[in-house]
Amino acid sequence: MTSPAVRATVSMSLGVAGAVSLYGISFGALAVASGLDFWQTQVLSLFMFSGGSQFAVIGLAATGAPGLSVITAAGLLGVRNGLYAVRMSSVVGPGFWKRLLAGHWTIDESTAVAIAQTEPRAQRIGFWLTGAAIFVGWNAMTAAGAILGDALGDPRTWGLDAAAAAAFLGLLWPRIQSRQPAAVAAVAAAITVLTLPTAPAGLPVLIAAAAGVVMALLAERRHA
Amino acid sequence: MTPWTTILIASAVVLGTKLLGYLVPASVAAHPRIQRISDVLTVALLASLVVTQTAAIGSAIVVDARLAALAVGAVLLRFRAPFIVVVLAAAAAAAALRAMGWAA
Repeated sequence: MTSPAVRATVSMSLGVAGAVSLYGISFGALAVASGLDFWQTQVLSLFMFSGGSQFAVIGLAATGAPGLSVITAAGLLGVRNGLYAVRMSSVVGPGFWKRLLAGHWTIDESTAVAIAQTEPRAQRIGFWLTGAAIFVGWNAMTAAGAILGDALGDPRTWGLDAAAAAAFLGLLWPRIQSRQPAAVAAVAAAITVLTLPTAPAGLPVLIAAAAGVVMALLAERRHA
Repeated sequence: MTPWTTILIASAVVLGTKLLGYLVPASVAAHPRIQRISDVLTVALLASLVVTQTAAIGSAIVVDARLAALAVGAVLLRFRAPFIVVVLAAAAAAAALRAMGWAA
């Protein structure tokens, strides 16, 4: 007995997973282009398993940023996953191993599909099915992209460097549809342009992040 | 730090953050301020990475085919094109501009 709500959840999960997985090809190809080898690329998709942070690693590594700023940027971009986890805690329910696996699969998409459902059972199915399907698809496509990327040669000929820029814009876009986040994005972008030539590699991204947080706290104080 | 060290530590940090979320009492992390800071952090980092990826070569600001490709991506996003279409179109735009010799 599958309710219409469950059927709708399954189709949403698989649709989202299909789209995200395809984009794993570009991650794999770009990672190899940025200088990582096949297994370094694959380990990111297997263990880090969070698109934004993974792209930050390869993007910053390509600019010659030191390891510590790469780790900091990837870690800060992953903070939101921790908050998703809090939200998903009651959906996942008790059990050590179950929660461990759920933690690994707690990403933008699995959380979004889960919270889009109203029935508890549909929420559970949405979370697990989306997480599992993306984990499998994303890793398979990462491998395909890494192999393909190796065969492509100079990534610039194929516009892969521009694809990475567009990928970040695509991740940013849905988050700047209201005024305050759009202002934060504009300030962060401006700070990056200004600090890139002078600050040590990897630092501009972190300065921009700090400025964004300060802006948000100031805005909060003004409203209080 | 070797690339492997960076990759393993960064992966552990990101995975650890997710797991931590299942240990924190809901009341702490659901605090509106924590929520807002997390949102803003994500937006600021992504915006900064867009710039880095579009206009930086090492620590120099360089305007080349990537900027035109990003504009193509922005237009497609504006018209709600799927993610993969945006990424592929940006790549194609940059590749075409370079093949024609119109941009570096």
